[in-house]
Amino acid sequence: MADNSKTIFARPDSMTENITHYCPGCTHGIIHRLVAEALDDLGVREKTVGVAPVGCSVLAYNYFNCDFLEAPHGRAPALATGFKRLRPDMIVFTYQGDGDLASIGGNEILHTANRGEKVTTIFVNNAIYGMTGGQMAPTTLPGQITTTSPAGRDTVSTGYPLRISELLSTLATPSYIERVSVHTPMNIVKAKKAIRRAFEYQLEGRCFSLVEVLSTCPTNWGITPGESTKWLDENMVPFFPLGVFKEPENMA
Amino acid sequence: MTKVLMKGNEAIAEAAIKAGCRAYFCYPITPQSEVAEYMAKRMPEVDGVFLQGESEVGVGNMLFGAAATGRRVFSTSSSPGISLMQESISYMAGAQLPVVLVNIMRGGPGLGGILPAQSDYFQSVKGGGHGDYRLLVLAPSTIQEAVDLMMLSFHLADKYRNPVMMIGDGMIGQMMEPVEFPDKYEEPPLPDKPWALTGAAGRKAQVVKSLFLDPIMLEKNSWLLHEKYEQMKLNETRFELYKVNPKNEILIISYGTMARICQTAIDELEEHGISVGLFRPVSLFPFPEQQLLKAATQKGVKAVLTVEMSTAQMHEDVQRIVMGKTPTEFFGRTGGVVPSPQEVIDQVMGLLDKYPGKKKAQHSASKSKKAQGK
Repeated sequence: MADNSKTIFARPDSMTENITHYCPGCTHGIIHRLVAEALDDLGVREKTVGVAPVGCSVLAYNYFNCDFLEAPHGRAPALATGFKRLRPDMIVFTYQGDGDLASIGGNEILHTANRGEKVTTIFVNNAIYGMTGGQMAPTTLPGQITTTSPAGRDTVSTGYPLRISELLSTLATPSYIERVSVHTPMNIVKAKKAIRRAFEYQLEGRCFSLVEVLSTCPTNWGITPGESTKWLDENMVPFFPLGVFKEPENMA
Repeated sequence: MTKVLMKGNEAIAEAAIKAGCRAYFCYPITPQSEVAEYMAKRMPEVDGVFLQGESEVGVGNMLFGAAATGRRVFSTSSSPGISLMQESISYMAGAQLPVVLVNIMRGGPGLGGILPAQSDYFQSVKGGGHGDYRLLVLAPSTIQEAVDLMMLSFHLADKYRNPVMMIGDGMIGQMMEPVEFPDKYEEPPLPDKPWALTGAAGRKAQVVKSLFLDPIMLEKNSWLLHEKYEQMKLNETRFELYKVNPKNEILIISYGTMARICQTAIDELEEHGISVGLFRPVSLFPFPEQQLLKAATQKGVKAVLTVEMSTAQMHEDVQRIVMGKTPTEFFGRTGGVVPSPQEVIDQVMGLLDKYPGKKKAQHSASKSKKAQGK
């Protein structure tokens, strides 16, 4: 009997055994795991460098079992650019939240994508600043209540949420850009596929790749984990539609 | 080793390549854009990386990522651009990454102007970014010295795992002088770089970071950095004396190209029988404190005169070091105005009147008489 036993589920080699500090119901842990599984699947853990952001996932390097850089707020794509230009033989990815990438790091991600840097960005969008305590983000939905938009986001004075995937897909430079979500098992499977594909494009030296992952923040949304997945489905998905926005082969 | 006539900015670029630097990141800004233009042509020839970033904020952080590979990396900019790089400089100092920066200073504050100035002394020497850190700061006065210090900068950055900044006023970048390059840059052996990120193959995963959430660990890191700066003070203090001797009545303290203008003034004063010495700090951090105190307190020195192209920034250090043991005076022009040798001479003459000493000297180098003589 023992001869027939095989492991069908285990911790990916690309994850450490540390227990994460993330809140109950937060989907960072799932997204970390999907990235780690992709690195394992492609066998690149030993030649990968991750770049951690400032925000909830600032300590990502405690959970990924690969080399890591810790960037200033928003600058992860610039660090990734510098590293990858000197080590094109290595795999470089940034892991960034919406405040980090879409607000303070808007210029860095725009130009990194536009230069077509052969790096991968995992962009975690939960429509709020998590670590600083639930302030309004560039991705906060119209009318959404946060600590700095207590009456709900007013689009007249603060504009509309930034759709990063759509924005970056307007660039002429070839890239792979997809938006996924992790609020249901089916979506997690799709997200895994997208993340793996993003790393494959990098491994082939093809293009810049970015996967935007819609994520939950029960703590700062002020609702339960169960309600959070429902809220994401009903509010975020309509504003941030899922799907592939750009593929390098579509480009001339 | 043949002499070539080169513009300062280009000589600085070539010196970086001679020192083994194969990665240069930049954003255009006057008066140092020639470094970028030179590197854009030269780096591909040596299989190096040249990249023009989207801003100095981006460039500084590209350096941060690139330095983590353990290779020699470099950028140049000018005052407002260096301000934008302060974020990354603080992070690189905290994460102990070697990186070399050049600031070809222009007048400030704000957008200021594009002409030569030395008004970034505080920013360079006292820490322009946040936190407990220091840069190792070098200030050349000739193009040849810029070349020599440029190569040394890469060595020192690796030796101390710390950002090194060479600061020159706009003249250092723009003027042309004959320079010599070594065929091969010889330097003492350096330690390995086990901290470099090379992938976790055959070793544990490692992190380059400046984040220490535990205050005890952050304090430990800050004292570790402090210990490095103390070592720099012991080993890397550099200065030059010009005509410093027991006959000196006045001691001038000046750095960079300003010091050369002072040398011209000193030579002219000497012709009129007035002995003035020049103390030129080459390393601004670490500052040659004991050596300055010794020169400033020589018997016979009536006053110490700081001459710089700023509104008395280095002068604050001079006052701190001399501690009133000799009177300290200041002369400066700023905003892109470069003092002439005659202005320095007039300052010295004024000081000799103000501090006559025992015997009233009969000097004849004042501006009016000088003009008559010519």
